Amino acid sequence: MTAAMTVTTASVPKIGRHFRIQWEEAQKAYVLLYPEGMVKLNQSAGEILKRCTGEANVGDITADLEKTFNAQGLQQDVINFVELALQQKWVETT
Amino acid sequence: MTDLAEAQAAQDAATIGPPLWLLAEVTYRCPLHCVYCYNPVDFAKHEAELSTEEWFKVLREARELGSVQCGFSGGEPMLRDDLELLVAEAHRLGYYTNLLTSGVGLNEKRIDALKEAGLDHIQLSFQDSSREMNDFLSSTRTFDLKRRVADLIKSRGYPMVMNCTIHRHNIDHIESILQLADEIEAEYVELANTQYYGWAQVNRDQLLPSREQLERAERITNEWREKHGNKMKLFFVVPDYYENRPKKCMNGWGNIFLTITPDGKALPCHTARMLPGLEFPDVRTSSVRDIWYESEGFNRYRGTGWMKEPCSSCPEKEKDYGGCRCQAYMVANDPNAADPVCDKSPFHHKIVEAVERAQIAGNPQQVKPLIYRGPKESLQLDRPF
Ligand code: SF4
Ligand code: SF4
Repeated sequence: MTAAMTVTTASVPKIGRHFRIQWEEAQKAYVLLYPEGMVKLNQSAGEILKRCTGEANVGDITADLEKTFNAQGLQQDVINFVELALQQKWVETT
Repeated sequence: MTDLAEAQAAQDAATIGPPLWLLAEVTYRCPLHCVYCYNPVDFAKHEAELSTEEWFKVLREARELGSVQCGFSGGEPMLRDDLELLVAEAHRLGYYTNLLTSGVGLNEKRIDALKEAGLDHIQLSFQDSSREMNDFLSSTRTFDLKRRVADLIKSRGYPMVMNCTIHRHNIDHIESILQLADEIEAEYVELANTQYYGWAQVNRDQLLPSREQLERAERITNEWREKHGNKMKLFFVVPDYYENRPKKCMNGWGNIFLTITPDGKALPCHTARMLPGLEFPDVRTSSVRDIWYESEGFNRYRGTGWMKEPCSSCPEKEKDYGGCRCQAYMVANDPNAADPVCDKSPFHHKIVEAVERAQIAGNPQQVKPLIYRGPKESLQLDRPF
């Protein structure tokens, strides 16, 4: 993996240029839409990605998730997922 | 209606997923004359296009059921003057909107209007990497125009999705097609081998590549992938004639795809209207909900219950759902048969024979003149496929 793929708590992820995330009532899920395709997101993926607005960093996102779901120790899970999302170009980081 | 029937209907609605993909074929008209055009051979008989309002109704009703990807195709969709209105309405309803175009008619003014309307993505089709072949295969002078349109698409910040239908006459140019894709900075490239429906079926023997051609093209595509990484996403689709198992056509009949033809027929796949003995519903007189969940046209080949041997007792039936109904009809003359691409089909030899002919360069079938898609040819041929 290149250095650009390394995600830390300071990374600020934002939905990738050619992707769009939205809630789909019919599927009861968040989906990622892109040219001629769609990924149905599971709950945790959806919750993380909808927070990737280009405003919060991974640390903030984790804190918000832990608060919302009354959970602890999510840091590594979030980092792992954002790394995966980066590879898929679902998100870009700054 | 009895409670039981209602409960059953509710249960069906719960098990049949929504039509996630809506393909709006807004017109069969097209300035090009591609020899592999996927429109029905008798398209010229279906002229009465849906109005703007009727398309709005389709978009609304399908969205209510859960459609979320919307493709505007044709023919050449740019020939609809109200395309911007249709895109705007689709966007407003929450669709991800895709335009599938040959580029003809896409100028600065219209691309700006489409952007304004909320269009998300444009797929541009090329016939070949060279002006000569592109123009020969489409029987038009459109190559230079397409290059300009590619720049236009890029300049408006759209992802660049290039599509090139591959067959015997351009498959040996795969390297320069990839170079062209690179030059226009394509993010996605679809090198889809011709599927033998519509006009491609009329010209099948002239279009089917040899095994050697195919292997070479695949090798070059793989090498390109290794060299260039995932800067551009490459899709290479082999013709199913070279397989022993059919594809899971449309991801299953009436499973996620809903096509609406220019004249308002609802189809599980854009070629299905050729099938005999099956009435497909009309969006002018039925709601999309009734069409998707209740109509005979959509229910006939859903799941596996309709199958006969060799499919019905086959352990792989959930994997491919017996393949393509249109191919079964065209090759085995029976829409309920196994897709003859399958080597368990008693008609598989017909596929094998076509493939064998493709290995002999210059055989009489292959050098027949190509038939170009056009309204005159459509009426002359006067047949469904
Ligand atoms: S395949 Fe060619 S002729 Fe057919 S609709 Fe597309 S551009 Fe037009
Ligand atoms: S017999 Fe039918 S179900 Fe089995 S693999 Fe062949 S086409 Fe598919």
